Amino acid sequence: MTAPVEAEDETGTPDGTPRQELRSYLWGYGLSLLLTLPVFGAVAWDWLPRAALWWAIGAAALAQVAVQFRFFLHIRLKGQAREDLQLILFTALILGMMGGGTIWILHNLDGRMGGP
Amino acid sequence: MNTETGRHPGLNLGSGHAEAHGEAEALVFGFWVFMMSDLVTFGLLLATYVTMLDNLASGPGPKDLFELKPVFIETLVLLTSSLTYGMAILSLKHDPGRRLRPVLAWLGLTLMLGLAFVAMEAKDLHALLAKGGAPQRSGFLSAFWALVPLHALHVSAAALWLVAIAAQIWRFGLDTPVKTALLRLGVLWHFLDVVWIAIVSVVFLGGLA
Amino acid sequence: MTLAGLLDAALGRLDWNALPFWEMVTHPNASSIINGLIASGAAGIMVLGTLVTIWALTRHRLWGMLWRDWLTSLDHKKIGIMYVMLAFVMLARALAEASVMRTQQAVGLGGGFLSPEHFGQLFSTHGTIMIFFMAMPFLTGVINFVMPLQIGARDVAFPLLNSVSLALTAAGAALVMASLLFTPFSTGGWSGYPPFTETGYSPDVGPDYWIWAVTLSSLGTTLAGMNFAVTIYKKRAPGMTMFRMPLFCWTALCVSILMIFAMPPLTLATSMLALDRYLGFHFFTNTGGGDPMLYANMFWLFGHPEVYILILPAFGVYSEVISTLSGKKLYGYTSLALATICIAVLSFTVWVHHFFTMGQSASLNAVFGIATMLIGIPTGVKVYDWMLTLYRGRVRLGVPMIYAAGFLMLFVIGGATGIVLANPSLDYVTHNTLFLVAHFHNMLIPGLLFGMLAAYAFWFPKAFGFRLEEKWGRRAAVSWIAGFILAFFPLYGLGLLGMPRRTVAFFEPAYLPFTLIALVGAGLVLFAFGCLVAQLVVSIRERDDRRVPVGDPWDGRSLEWSIPAPAPEWNFAVLPQVETRDPFTEAKEQGRAYRSPEDYEDIEMPRNSAIGPIVGVAGFACAFGLVWYMWWLAISGALLSLGAMLARGFARDTVRIIPAAEVREAHESWLAMVRATPRIPRHEENTPANLGHAIPASQEEQS
Repeated sequence: MTAPVEAEDETGTPDGTPRQELRSYLWGYGLSLLLTLPVFGAVAWDWLPRAALWWAIGAAALAQVAVQFRFFLHIRLKGQAREDLQLILFTALILGMMGGGTIWILHNLDGRMGGP
Repeated sequence: MNTETGRHPGLNLGSGHAEAHGEAEALVFGFWVFMMSDLVTFGLLLATYVTMLDNLASGPGPKDLFELKPVFIETLVLLTSSLTYGMAILSLKHDPGRRLRPVLAWLGLTLMLGLAFVAMEAKDLHALLAKGGAPQRSGFLSAFWALVPLHALHVSAAALWLVAIAAQIWRFGLDTPVKTALLRLGVLWHFLDVVWIAIVSVVFLGGLA
Repeated sequence: MTLAGLLDAALGRLDWNALPFWEMVTHPNASSIINGLIASGAAGIMVLGTLVTIWALTRHRLWGMLWRDWLTSLDHKKIGIMYVMLAFVMLARALAEASVMRTQQAVGLGGGFLSPEHFGQLFSTHGTIMIFFMAMPFLTGVINFVMPLQIGARDVAFPLLNSVSLALTAAGAALVMASLLFTPFSTGGWSGYPPFTETGYSPDVGPDYWIWAVTLSSLGTTLAGMNFAVTIYKKRAPGMTMFRMPLFCWTALCVSILMIFAMPPLTLATSMLALDRYLGFHFFTNTGGGDPMLYANMFWLFGHPEVYILILPAFGVYSEVISTLSGKKLYGYTSLALATICIAVLSFTVWVHHFFTMGQSASLNAVFGIATMLIGIPTGVKVYDWMLTLYRGRVRLGVPMIYAAGFLMLFVIGGATGIVLANPSLDYVTHNTLFLVAHFHNMLIPGLLFGMLAAYAFWFPKAFGFRLEEKWGRRAAVSWIAGFILAFFPLYGLGLLGMPRRTVAFFEPAYLPFTLIALVGAGLVLFAFGCLVAQLVVSIRERDDRRVPVGDPWDGRSLEWSIPAPAPEWNFAVLPQVETRDPFTEAKEQGRAYRSPEDYEDIEMPRNSAIGPIVGVAGFACAFGLVWYMWWLAISGALLSLGAMLARGFARDTVRIIPAAEVREAHESWLAMVRATPRIPRHEENTPANLGHAIPASQEEQS
């Protein structure tokens, strides 16, 4: 029985053909650059007012993190082991509660202190 | 129990590397769990940094101390190193002759980029000291010096691990323990960039905006 | 540099005045002599105990066996046992410290015999030891031993990491023990709040001892948590879905998640304090832009999930004990599992209740107060499920059940006082009084400690092959219950009467009757501990009367009871195929238990490794060097650990194969013995007739 060459060899994996895997990394790199360069430019040359700039930085950062999870770390919503996703979501929840809680509490305390 | 394909985060080596692929599931998942706790550590340090932004103790603040250009270069260097590491893993997975050279070459490139990152950071921190930005100066600077050097320490540790694995490749070739080690280092290496995105956004871009 | 100068530099800031008797010898007065004698006595006991152990091991030529069979073993059962042994030793010390404090407070009207500094060290070591070096090792050890057996696995996911975790914890414990001889320890409590623990107020080595001991422990715990989580996710036997796991494994899973996510804030808090103390950073200082509240927030981000780490394994133990010793299926399995998950998640939302009084606005406090009260709900669900399991069961009042009964009644009371404390307005009155101290001991002793002691009694036969003696066990359990009530219920009254915590002396005569009753309670607790020691001695001496080689002394329901006692190295000769909850009860009732497997296979087990002990010694050296500013020692320790890890990367011959023939022979001969051993009904459970072969409860009723 003739087995198909090369392309079928490693498609036993969920990550796709070798070509698809290479593309994954290149897309990740390209998209990351796309989300990095304009943000640096905006800060360097004041393309946006302060508040909008902060929103842009935040949005670009979150997007790039998602890009890297998808294209470098091969995390997908479908076909991924359930526990891998559960852990990320739980970590995000913890980060939100701990980080957000910390900022809220310290800000609250700060506001109730007199003086500079 | 998991499905037959035994998927884990990062690139899966698949049936072509049967033994490593089988063992990798628990090993890489364990490392994934470790990364989650590391993420929480960095997240809390970032939160600490944010709460200490006003604690300047009449000392220099972000606009007095940070420069965008070196940070930009460092960002590109680290991002590229993530790509080159991906290339290393791909050549591990797909090289039909199982040759060492492509893997070692890509790993070597990754190492150089990582070390360049650390060297540039060291230079930046040195410049910071010259500008009066010592950690003992204020609470804000203490928070900065805990956060950014901790990341650099992680990059250094990853670089050391990379060298250790390269030595193992030289000694044993691409055997199963080496492959699973490379898979785990890959997860770490990509997380280095994920955390750097957060640091750049909050500390440098946020501070200089 | 002269030799003397070199030696001086090498010893860092270690000096003669570190010795516990130095002060009373150089500056004798009533106070220094009394306190010096107590401190020297404690150090003396520690040194003597160490020397006696070394002598005994040498005399009986046991070093080789100790190294081969225990210290370098990667067997989760051995590691679990060593964790529990560490816990018992540290429990002895912490109880002694509690007794000294109780005695001081019984005579403390207007002064007493203990100096404030000494008292400060006592409550700091008592808390630090009980939490980090008694409770955590105890529960980690129990999970280590039981969980892989219950899920049908051969070992944890990362056996070497398991050994390293134990070593790090032991290193931290050793550091705290060393502080008895090279004093002083911190006086900042187990929570180590700055600015008191900053160099401005505590320039001595005390807080540094605390920082590095806790760091070693927290590293060990984080690694253990990861190990357990991966084991439960990836190493369950075929057919064992998550919702077929025993409840103890659900609590183990949630505990692991808590460990993984709650330790980072602690590591950060202690590291940042270390940076302040060693390098002059300004995280928590009063000046220079520091913020002490940052520490309180960070510490309790850890501290609250920590107390759920402490209690959840106990809940798991009670689920197992109550269902097994009632001969009944656990009531409300799904609600128990979901309640466990709820508790785990909610535990991350309440941490501010540990510092309600420190300046936040009422609205912020209210949010966390409500969240705190919400946590009581899933716990309540659990209590009802346990009660309903007991209801209409054939309850046997064995030692584990006595602890469970004490728990059910006492823990609910403690929980109610928790609801009182959850209200920020009420908390302003009770914060930092003995009311709070009574509350958390009420949760920890009937909750955690009784749970661990029940686990000890319950699974001891599986670990060592013979049951513990019942009479001394019952004496211990009843004395613990009575001792706890007498020692701590008066503290609720004292707190409401206004007596603050952590104070060496008091001036209000109305407190005296309460502190005296509490002293009686402390005495009863010491007696209870003595009963446990007596129980162990008697049990070992008379072990042949209580052997249970068939391995099922209690008519157990889960997989660990289906294997021999003591459990073989490989746990299961053939990995079980699971189809239901309570798989062993199911098998027994259907007559499928103790069948010969169709086929045997070679079994792969990890080889022993010295990495664990090396990392432990290196960790201790590094920490000790950091405490005393012996930089050469700190760096050597760190490099040794790193070197060991790097060297391990080059290890290739790390497993051994146990041939199928060997497994077959061992298992078949055990099965032959099982088939020749008579089964006993439950009322003969505590007689020598109990060889570990049980008539299942359901069949017993028919006879």
